[in-house]
Amino acid sequence: MRTEYQTVSDISGPLLFVEGVSGIKYGELCSVILPDKEKRFGKVLEVHKDKAMVQVFEGTRGIDIPESTVIFEGKMMEMPLSPDILGRVFDGMGKAIDEKPPILPEKRADINGSPINPYARAYPNEFIQTGISSIDGLNPLVRGQKLPFFSGSGLPHNKLAAQVARQAKVLASKEKFAVVFAAMGITFEEANFFQTDFEETGALERVVMFLNLADDPAIERLSTPKVALTAAEYLAFDREMHVLVIVTDMTNYCEALREVSAARKEVPGRRGYPGYLYTDLASLYERAGRIRGKKGSITLMPVLSMPEDDKTHPIPDLTGYITEGQIIFSRSLERKGVSPPIDVLPSLSRLKDKGIGKNKTREDHADLYNQLYAAYSRGKEAAELSVILGEAALSDMDKLYLEFSDRFESEYISQGEYENRTVEQTLDLGWNLLSLLPKRELKRMRDEFIDKYYLKGEEEKE
Amino acid sequence: MKKGRIIRVSGPLVVAEEMKGSRMYDVVKVSDERLMGEIIGLDGDKASIQVYEETEGIGVGEPVYITGEPLSVSLGPGLIESIYDGVQRPLDYIQKKVGDFISRGISVPPIDPDKKWKFTPTKKKGDQVQEGDIIGTVQETVLVEHRIMVPPGMKGVIEDIKEGEFTVNDQIAVIERENGEKIELQMQQRWGVRIPRPVNKRLPPIKPLFTGQRVIDTFFPIGRGGTACIPGPFGSGKTVMQHQLAKWAEAEIVVYVGCGERGNEMTDVLNEFPKLEDPTSGEPLMKRTILIANTSNMPVAAREASIYTGITLAEYFRDMGYSVALMADSTSRWAEALREISGRLEEMPGEEGYPAYLGSRVAQFYERAGRVKCLGSPEREGAVSVVGAVSPPGGDLSDPVVQNTLRVVKVFWSLKAELAYARHFPAIDWLTSYSLYHDSMLEYMKKEVAGDFLSLEREAMRILEEEDELQEMVRLVGIDALSFSERLILLAARMLREDFLHQNSFHEVDTYTSIKKQYCMLKNIMLFYRKAREIDIDIERLEELDILEDIARMKFIEEKKLQYIEDLGNRIIKTIKEAGGKGESPERDRKEKEEVTDAN
Repeated sequence: MRTEYQTVSDISGPLLFVEGVSGIKYGELCSVILPDKEKRFGKVLEVHKDKAMVQVFEGTRGIDIPESTVIFEGKMMEMPLSPDILGRVFDGMGKAIDEKPPILPEKRADINGSPINPYARAYPNEFIQTGISSIDGLNPLVRGQKLPFFSGSGLPHNKLAAQVARQAKVLASKEKFAVVFAAMGITFEEANFFQTDFEETGALERVVMFLNLADDPAIERLSTPKVALTAAEYLAFDREMHVLVIVTDMTNYCEALREVSAARKEVPGRRGYPGYLYTDLASLYERAGRIRGKKGSITLMPVLSMPEDDKTHPIPDLTGYITEGQIIFSRSLERKGVSPPIDVLPSLSRLKDKGIGKNKTREDHADLYNQLYAAYSRGKEAAELSVILGEAALSDMDKLYLEFSDRFESEYISQGEYENRTVEQTLDLGWNLLSLLPKRELKRMRDEFIDKYYLKGEEEKE
Repeated sequence: MKKGRIIRVSGPLVVAEEMKGSRMYDVVKVSDERLMGEIIGLDGDKASIQVYEETEGIGVGEPVYITGEPLSVSLGPGLIESIYDGVQRPLDYIQKKVGDFISRGISVPPIDPDKKWKFTPTKKKGDQVQEGDIIGTVQETVLVEHRIMVPPGMKGVIEDIKEGEFTVNDQIAVIERENGEKIELQMQQRWGVRIPRPVNKRLPPIKPLFTGQRVIDTFFPIGRGGTACIPGPFGSGKTVMQHQLAKWAEAEIVVYVGCGERGNEMTDVLNEFPKLEDPTSGEPLMKRTILIANTSNMPVAAREASIYTGITLAEYFRDMGYSVALMADSTSRWAEALREISGRLEEMPGEEGYPAYLGSRVAQFYERAGRVKCLGSPEREGAVSVVGAVSPPGGDLSDPVVQNTLRVVKVFWSLKAELAYARHFPAIDWLTSYSLYHDSMLEYMKKEVAGDFLSLEREAMRILEEEDELQEMVRLVGIDALSFSERLILLAARMLREDFLHQNSFHEVDTYTSIKKQYCMLKNIMLFYRKAREIDIDIERLEELDILEDIARMKFIEEKKLQYIEDLGNRIIKTIKEAGGKGESPERDRKEKEEVTDAN
């Protein structure tokens, strides 16, 4: 039921208090009509007796107490959906902002979604080839996974995200694939970079974009990932597509959440973020996945910039507890000229074991990444030692490892922005580098694989 | 049914008025959608209610129905192999009913009301029975015999008892109380989740709960009826560890509570457990497992309840005389649910915004673990062992949830990020972890495993400690400055770390090691160390001995070829004897040290 009130009593930050209301539901969608007839959207955050607390998505600037009207729409916030959303650009509320005709909805869905029944989930186990060695080889991504990028300001996470969007494919399959891209509080330049990139590569017609730029209302960032994931759920589970969702930058989302929480005078948790930050983030991230008996899938790749590159900051910390691994960017690698500067040692893909191996990538994949990890980690230790004691103090073996780790960074981790390596190329490259080390050092490798692949790379070159 | 009226909705918290006559922790049904909720505060005729389902679309003025019953679980045959949400609604049934996404207001019986079970009475008409007495059994799965007990608080004479196939709601017996009142008994009974089930007597744990994990069983054992916690930053392997315990712990019943964690992890358990074999019986592990899955995106209040639902189910099986292991992953999410509700109630916050009663709630929960003498006859002992994962922010152990937990649990398995980065799993830090059960287990270990088990363990631990100090030295002055015996300690410590502590949970043999095999493995490593100390040999030559390879491969030797590991001991003695002369090493050590001092 639609009801209209002109009884705004109080405005505080992004919040609006309306008095003398009745029949208002928690979570209801409402529109606010400003004195100059401008219309904004909001959501009921709390009802208490005859008072309603409304969060205005587009900000409260220009709203006044005597004249502004609040219309309670009597329904939840919904996103109109149809296959035509592909190739379109929307704002953070799900309103089309390109110059194309309006969407004729096939259905409307509540943007909050419902939790997937854990019993109905299918375990993610299909390998996605991103063409990037440090992901495919060491931290493989699988369909239905949520794998965030932990980055920092000034690091090339957007380039890498765009590269993944461009190159991602599932081996030996011709299934329908789509990208949902949600931008929260990023600059016009960054958004433009993605848009041009999608255009140039002809990917645009399978991309749905949701843009909330830095100068758009901050509170709208709260709805941006929700509408994007609603679109993704529709494409994946109603339209049987494999959807890659890129959400950037989650840090801005969390700041908006903190802003609302502070305005509500809630008891703050760590660093002023609300105590329910974990639950709130989980309600987004957990929308990724696969469902038994359904063809589509949602793979989620949130990008977040770690304040002060601090991994223990609440945003990356809570994200890491929900997502299935993380790809971590390193400033020191960036300075060394390694690009993409992925710090592979603390990076992790939790679902890798089920997505790789015989018939998926190659039989030696698991042993290979374990061996590469071990060797690289040993090389890094040697490097540390040589800083303290000087290179002369290193044993011959340590020197070999040092050489290995340097070449590993410059040849394996580093790769061009448009370089698309197949998983075989990535694996062979790994063997090629391992062949620097004597066979008996490969302790994590099964003998049969050593016989089969050791020095293989070298021979091919000759 | 009596009803009140909603005056406030704020997320999972609803406040209603006209609630006179309702009691704390009674269950209510909110709005005509009948969302399940629980009263967590009363003020005059106003009641604060935490709602176990999404509250969007609920408004002021809608009714709240008072049921007058506390939050309870159904107990009876049909629990095993189930997967429930936090308030014991079967998720498989919900999927059948409403599809792949969980909608709200669903009311389903926790135990299949139509399924028939074969009930075999063990008492007969005219028998005097009292609370806890076993009156009959049902073979629930191949692994679990479900013992039907007289519910607590009941005493009388059996007037009638039946045999045959019944549903959980059919009458199976009639008991006449002393006052002549006749009570019908069904196989199903209900119990409030927040009240511990009564026991005859509580006993201290004396037997270890073997888990097949070497670092745990040997160095930091947990007792049957004991408590343990696993704190660690993300990516350090808490969940894998919990899964390993759920798989291999020598418990007769396992209750696994996925509390506010990832949906895919529960799927993993659901896929894997029916395929895995129980090492003692060879039957699928699922046949002894109950899963409770309240993933992070499911309603937060139900997450708060899930822990209690889990422990109540565990206590019920304990009362039958079983050893039950409960894994809770993760108690931090449960504490966060407490914090969220507390914040909405506008309570004065304690540390980090957690409510001031966090400590007492944590203690109450872990206190429900224990070894007990069960109520009733026949006389029997049961145990609930609890292992709680804790996810402190940034892996910081000063987190209030960790600190409050450490105050009550007896075993601390500290997971360390550095070990995880180096791919050393399980990433349990041997230097900071502890177990307070060593002494109480001593008798049992001596008798059942080996007399020298504890001394071996102490010796190994000392080597690991010394390694830590020596490593410090190596970083400062380089490895060449160390004496033979110091380098031997480093070598032995490395063997302990790589060949014993490191355990690959994805390797078919390595994933589980019996205590017998653990003993043999440890003994061989220590034997190597002791024998090598006695001979005169260069450390480099010692490091190149082929026998080291054999020692490293011990973990991949199948349980049935244990003899091979035992025999390895003799080969170690022989090899070392052949490798070195009979030099007096203590003397040589002294010489070496003198040389070093001279050089300096």
